[in-house]
Amino acid sequence: MRTATHAQYTLPRLEHGLELSNDQLAIRDMVREFAVEEVAPLAHEIDENHRFPVETWKRIVELGLPGIPFPEHLGGSDQGTLAYCLAVEEISKVCGSTGLTLAAHVSLGTYPIFAWGGDKLRNAYVPKLIAGEYMGAYGLTEPGAGSDSGGTRTTAVLDGDSYVLNGRKCFCTNANHAGTVIITAVTDKSLGPKGISAFVVPRGIAGYHLEKGEKKLGMRGSDWASLVFEDARIPRDHLLGPEGEGFKTFMKTLEGGRISIGALGLGIAEGAYECALKYAQEREAFGKKLSDQQAVGFKLANMAMECEIGKHLVYHAARLKDAGKSYGKEASMAKLYTSELAMRCTYEAIQIYGGYGYSREYPVERMWRDAKLCTIGEGTSEVQRMIIARSVIGRK
Amino acid sequence: MKIVACIKRVPATETQAKIAANGKGLEPAGVEYMLSFYDEIAVEEAIRTKERVGSGEVIVLTLGPAEARKELVECLAKGADRAILLVDPAWSSRDSLSTAKLLAAKIGELAPDLVFTGRVATDTDSAAVGPMLATLLGRGCVTDVVKLTIEGGGKLKAERESEAGIEMYELALPALITCQKGLNEPRYAGLKGIMAAKKKPVEEVAVQDVPNQIAVETAQLPPARKEGRIVGTGAAAVPALLEALRKEAQVV
Repeated sequence: MRTATHAQYTLPRLEHGLELSNDQLAIRDMVREFAVEEVAPLAHEIDENHRFPVETWKRIVELGLPGIPFPEHLGGSDQGTLAYCLAVEEISKVCGSTGLTLAAHVSLGTYPIFAWGGDKLRNAYVPKLIAGEYMGAYGLTEPGAGSDSGGTRTTAVLDGDSYVLNGRKCFCTNANHAGTVIITAVTDKSLGPKGISAFVVPRGIAGYHLEKGEKKLGMRGSDWASLVFEDARIPRDHLLGPEGEGFKTFMKTLEGGRISIGALGLGIAEGAYECALKYAQEREAFGKKLSDQQAVGFKLANMAMECEIGKHLVYHAARLKDAGKSYGKEASMAKLYTSELAMRCTYEAIQIYGGYGYSREYPVERMWRDAKLCTIGEGTSEVQRMIIARSVIGRK
Repeated sequence: MKIVACIKRVPATETQAKIAANGKGLEPAGVEYMLSFYDEIAVEEAIRTKERVGSGEVIVLTLGPAEARKELVECLAKGADRAILLVDPAWSSRDSLSTAKLLAAKIGELAPDLVFTGRVATDTDSAAVGPMLATLLGRGCVTDVVKLTIEGGGKLKAERESEAGIEMYELALPALITCQKGLNEPRYAGLKGIMAAKKKPVEEVAVQDVPNQIAVETAQLPPARKEGRIVGTGAAAVPALLEALRKEAQVV
């Protein structure tokens, strides 16, 4: 059944608070309907089977969701970061894995090529990524370099007209289905982080292969794999941005990506809250509804309030990015807060469901396992605190 | 082929209904609105019919408050070509016949080959406007249609669900069809559709008032359901259950 839409739709757009424009509302409502009708019914099954739902991805592409923040001449709809976050949020309410798939494709797999690819790479790949002909992925993490991505070991050596790649990347979301993977590799070891460069690696080149991803705690319906490079040659012009600026590029990429991971955490938190609210209003104990018991009512009040705070943080960071202002600190705050919020809300939702919450027949335990990704991926909570601290204290 | 789809903006299905202070209808405060479920099927069938025929125009038409523009734009995003909003200050208390008269006047001007409506609006639940419209326009009409085929030579074949089974009709254009669940699976707008809708026209027309012939005296919420009773367990309970179903519930 279709969901309700905003009662004050025809009011002019307000620039402050949570008020959304008519286009943003239309996109949110459309994605909400799609999420409830087509994504939610698969959430349990893809989690049980560790299955990436190709059919859902095809529908996401048909609806044009990968193109939301990109300009029309590349096949996008130029609707900005906030509208894109609304799409991630709505999908994540019912299925964290599918929300992650979209966020990783857009923010990590497509945005860097759009932002730093120059005309050639941009025109070659971004339209295909938006049209879903390719899936996008981003390989940063290595077996020995996670939060400390300055410790990257993968190397890229210029040889004639190509770079020769050697090394290994792990936990790379969307990798098995990706047409392009952006990776970071050391081009000059003596320069430390300034000797790291970024590259676009197309699928199917010799010396590049995938290794099956490990089984996961949560987000089991999202795809991941390890990338192995053994003398893999990519054209010289597939260097993304100037040589030695890979570190800068991925820091900037992650900065934007964090807003969408904020939307992911927010969606998971809201999904758990909505489940808990519904259950508490149906289930009775001690002669009255759970929701009428103060202990449960207070939990629901906190969840509702904190989800509202999360929305403010995520939408604010997205609006700053859309306005072309600096948004790094706010993106980290949104990501940190909603990641931990997703943990709290899913934890309390399980508590409200009681034994049923612990059972895999009910969705809240999946949401709890999915939520944990958010405090780790695209910068752990600790890294976010480092960034925020540096920003408020001032870096020497 | 020129096609009109009539739609209605209705309170969202999950609205917790409260009676307004005047006791005559729904308390509007806090109510969110949506496109009526069956009208969504009507719009989808209109768009599909145009696509099958390969040419023509789909016009969505509604009578309602200025805010109903939102539901019209939603239909434009799904693929309708233009929209007409009959702005009616008295929309919330309008009866079926005066609604049908106002819509019929506009449809008469537009002279479409085919008119689609939902089988019933999910708020008032009267299923009257569609057949009334057909009568006022002097058109052939099949209600509750679950399958529609466009034949050559201005003919249609329509299947309708009745209690007895499927009834099959053949009728000539111009015609009016009311759409039942199962006729199609409505599409989502998609980003391209949402963008395209911004460039499509929504014409607002002020309506002349037409008097209502029926008015709501009082509106009441349904009485709270009585608590169930377990008459017994196992086969031994069957006679007591039958007795209760016959005498108390009077359903067998």
